[in-house]
Amino acid sequence: MRKVTAFLRGDRRAVAGAAVFTLIACAVLLAPVLAPHTTTWSDGGPFSPPSADHPLGTNGQGQDVLSHVLYGGRTSLGMALVVGTGTTVISVVAGLVTAFLGGVADEAISLVVNVVLTIPSLPLIIVLAAFLPPGTGTIVLVLVATGWAFGARVVRSQALTLRRRDFVAAATVAGEHRRRTIFVEIMPNMASVIAAYFCGQVVFALTAGSALEFLGLGDADQPSWGTMLFWAQNDSALLQGAWWTFVAPGLGIALTASALALVNFAIDAATNPRLRVARGAAARRPRGFRRATAVRRG
Amino acid sequence: MSFLLRRAAFYAVAGFVAVTLNFLLPRLMPGDPATTLFAGYADQLGPDDLASLKEAYGLSDAPLLAQYADYLRSLLGGDLGTSLSQFPTPVTDLIRDGLGWSLLLGTVSVLIGFTAGTLLGSFAAWRRGSRFDTLVPPLTMFVGSFPYFFLALLVLYLFAVRWQALPQGHAYGMDVAPGLTPEFLGSVATHLLLPATTVALVSVGAWVLSIRNTMIGVLDEDYLTMAEAKGLRTWRVMGHYAARNAILPTVTSLGLAVGHVFSGQLLTEVVFTYPGLGNQLYAAVTTHDYPLMQALFLMITISVLAVNFAVDALYAALDPRVRGAATASS
Repeated sequence: MRKVTAFLRGDRRAVAGAAVFTLIACAVLLAPVLAPHTTTWSDGGPFSPPSADHPLGTNGQGQDVLSHVLYGGRTSLGMALVVGTGTTVISVVAGLVTAFLGGVADEAISLVVNVVLTIPSLPLIIVLAAFLPPGTGTIVLVLVATGWAFGARVVRSQALTLRRRDFVAAATVAGEHRRRTIFVEIMPNMASVIAAYFCGQVVFALTAGSALEFLGLGDADQPSWGTMLFWAQNDSALLQGAWWTFVAPGLGIALTASALALVNFAIDAATNPRLRVARGAAARRPRGFRRATAVRRG
Repeated sequence: MSFLLRRAAFYAVAGFVAVTLNFLLPRLMPGDPATTLFAGYADQLGPDDLASLKEAYGLSDAPLLAQYADYLRSLLGGDLGTSLSQFPTPVTDLIRDGLGWSLLLGTVSVLIGFTAGTLLGSFAAWRRGSRFDTLVPPLTMFVGSFPYFFLALLVLYLFAVRWQALPQGHAYGMDVAPGLTPEFLGSVATHLLLPATTVALVSVGAWVLSIRNTMIGVLDEDYLTMAEAKGLRTWRVMGHYAARNAILPTVTSLGLAVGHVFSGQLLTEVVFTYPGLGNQLYAAVTTHDYPLMQALFLMITISVLAVNFAVDALYAALDPRVRGAATASS
């Protein structure tokens, strides 16, 4: 595990991703300090382009876009982190339990997982959300209910390979309780898988949640990156040429998502040795073109 | 053919789950579902219309199981209900047009994304560690983490509003009559270009990564050293020997990807007002047209399941080991 952390620290992609994410999180947390206006302030005149007064311009209602991006990020990121945590916990528990119980419970949950994975997620989420009262709570509920399946499958297959290892047998022979074996002996060995999955889930929640808000299934009065895009679309900002109204929140989502994707990319490379660029291997097999050079230390 | 039979059985189960969910959704709503469902239309439609709608929707006082049986019977008869926003058009009439456009957009964008992803991914694996390899896969992943609707808005703004190079929306121009004429097909193609590129751009990153990672495994195989030792040309070794074997495992994920692409496509359609199922779903959500919404959900799910099955069949055709074997399907 320490090796993995050290490796991640040496990986430029992971560092860059973590840095960007931290920066966004800090900016959003400091919204009351950084934002020039409140979210209810609306005396900027509709669609005024970026200027000294309004660094990111104003939207169709004459509200300051920068302030909305900062305050809205709190809702968007908060929602994404809650959904990410919720789905990760459910996935890990479901995956571990099925891997160890086996039998009918395993078959049943695996079937549910496969069915949930096959049904296209976004239409399902949209329809579910449309039948519930609109709002951030509904979005969180719907995303958690539909988002855990993939992780359960990943965790289950990891646990199945781990449970055949000697240290598990040793723990069983030593008389450890099965619950302890599962959560204390096996789970820490999947830390990187779980961490990568968590990052992926946050990205999923951020984009899917924003998509729901963009479609008008969120709370339109609560500023968030998704609702900002909803208003940009509804006020025909595009045809007015007011690019700043949708570029700002869109970049917020895209930057957060790609920062976490970078971290994920690095975790993937760190835990899958086949993907690492081995100096020896590259030198042994100079396949055409330029000689491959090692990218990373380690 | 036991592999395909098993898959067919699984998709049947998945379809059944979707159908049942569709039946339960309005009935699990708090309060009196009929009142809530038709609340937005109480003024436009008279009480008689509402009563008949309620009946057509199967919301009666009969026991749930009897309602379920009725529902299944009307589904089998191809009756998906009546649209509320365009009363009294049956929803099947509305969906038929949307399905065609969605399938066109979906097929074209998956083809573009898969082809570009395979090319870039195998090239990156071939030159592992090169500048191309360190830049291109992360770059495609970066674009891939853009939300579909944001990329769509960006593309739409730049190409259609700013530079006026391509049409802003719809599937074909107002000035051309539908038909198999060169003008009409050309119009369809230019209207298809922006949405298809958007969807392909977002999905290409996953293909690049998947092909690259499987291809790196393939590159270590002895038959590649053999091919090289035989003195075959580089592009031949890369294309016919390495990429061909790397594509195979990726085809399995094609099925899963189709679901994702379809999801993203729905949003892209909304931005480009492309008259597919996604745009209709959006319209149904904004007008609270629940029967249309549910029928669309069912239609989209069934389409995705059908495409998944087609991909499984393709996989079985490509890889003889899968046919009838007890492995795979994971």
